[in-house]
Amino acid sequence: MLEFDLQENGLRKLNSALHDQKENSNQTVWKITNPKGSHAIAVGIDAPIEVNIEGSTGYYCGGMNKQANINVKGSVGPGVAENMMSGKVVIDGDASQYAGATGHGGLLVIKGNASSRCGISMKGINIVVHGNIGHMSAFMAQSGNLVVCGDAGDALGDSLYEAKLFVRGKVKSLGADCEKKEMRPEHLELLEQLLSEAECDAKPEEFTRYGSARRLYNFDIDNSDAY
Amino acid sequence: MCGIVGLFLKDISLEANLGNLLSDMLISMSDRGPDSAGIAIYADKENGRSKFTIQSENAKTDFEALPNYLSKHLNCNVETKVNDTHSVVIVDESATSKFSEVLASFNPEIRIMSRGSSLEIYKEVGLPKQVTQRFNIPQMSGRHGIGHTRMATESAVTTMGAHPFNTGLDQCLVHNGSLSNHNSLRRRLRREGVHIETENDTEVGAAYLTWKMQNGATLGEALESSLEDLDGFFTFVVGTEDGFGVVRDPIACKPAVMAETDQYVAFGSEYRALVNLPEIETAHVWEPEPATVYFWKH
Repeated sequence: MLEFDLQENGLRKLNSALHDQKENSNQTVWKITNPKGSHAIAVGIDAPIEVNIEGSTGYYCGGMNKQANINVKGSVGPGVAENMMSGKVVIDGDASQYAGATGHGGLLVIKGNASSRCGISMKGINIVVHGNIGHMSAFMAQSGNLVVCGDAGDALGDSLYEAKLFVRGKVKSLGADCEKKEMRPEHLELLEQLLSEAECDAKPEEFTRYGSARRLYNFDIDNSDAY
Repeated sequence: MCGIVGLFLKDISLEANLGNLLSDMLISMSDRGPDSAGIAIYADKENGRSKFTIQSENAKTDFEALPNYLSKHLNCNVETKVNDTHSVVIVDESATSKFSEVLASFNPEIRIMSRGSSLEIYKEVGLPKQVTQRFNIPQMSGRHGIGHTRMATESAVTTMGAHPFNTGLDQCLVHNGSLSNHNSLRRRLRREGVHIETENDTEVGAAYLTWKMQNGATLGEALESSLEDLDGFFTFVVGTEDGFGVVRDPIACKPAVMAETDQYVAFGSEYRALVNLPEIETAHVWEPEPATVYFWKH
């Protein structure tokens, strides 16, 4: 295992060392100490390595991640795992705004709460939040799955495309064109798998599924006055 | 951007260290706004006396002749504590209402940064490190304080455009964000007779709160109504004689993080501002909810 003190060695050195790791790297486990809320920690990794961050981070932790498993032993600032492509990012604490925004793939697990705009414009990422999420989450979400074990804030799934949303608790309000959907066996199976990967003991049957009503997809001439 | 910080002490043993902790917090937010910086500190209350912080571009000459002039025209004992371009002036409570008029008659260019009995405000153009050093903020003690480092968007980079803004007696405000209806609101407030000096958006926000409170609202009520009447983005931190409060607009895109222990309640634009506070590892750390007024009192 490699240990890296961020205060002593600095962010550029860390990210550059992580970028040097390739498919067959034998430096597979990294421990990062003293993150102290710094921004852009472990951004842009493209190797099957494990990175353990010993404390809370600032903006964009684990952004654009490919293949790596990143674990944060604390809370994260805005934009965690933004535009993630693959791999897994696990946060022990809370996440600030726009967690997992625009993510294309991989799994983001938040063991605490996520604040506003969680999964905004997600494009294939899976996000599992053990706690609650804030307002405007999954806005314009295109594909992937957002699983929320607690409650969701205002305007969930506004202008949603084909992402699937699963909420166990209450939803404060649904956004435009987002509606409650039927939970079919394939959804229960999908939830079972995501919950197990996210180490969450909630039962798939306790969730409600939400999705797009598909009324905003095409321009409707009757709405022209609204523009 | 802009960076804001706040620290409210529950444990009196930390009071001697307030300026030091607050300066460190503000310096850690320097890259959120390098234009100007300021700190409001709530120190000991002067019983039966009023405290003003004033600022002059010609501090050396102005502040030398000022105490005698004030003493003569206010007809009371005047104490001053010169600190770089600023000076704290303490006068009898009975002289409070005449103070600004007498000060203007001495030199209309001198600005009043704060009014009250415990509040002192220090702000200038420059980085947090330079500003906190020139006023020796790290040596100051107090019960609570707030700070701001500015990235100007709505008005010029000047001393008067820097935060904190004094709202009412012993009240002040710092702001991260930008108000989009400040021009119309400024016109409306000026018609109501409210004095607004600059083209700055936050000054309008501060004047709005003052005006609401002059019309009978409590600070909490004024903050609640700001959610209705102010258009734009804001995270506000406000200081009062006995506490501090936080409110974010309903969209809440301006960042905010808070921490609480048995010793203090702290606010930062980012977690980085809080990392050197005592026992932060075990503190309760959370993000304040949008459109919700938070308040702590001693």
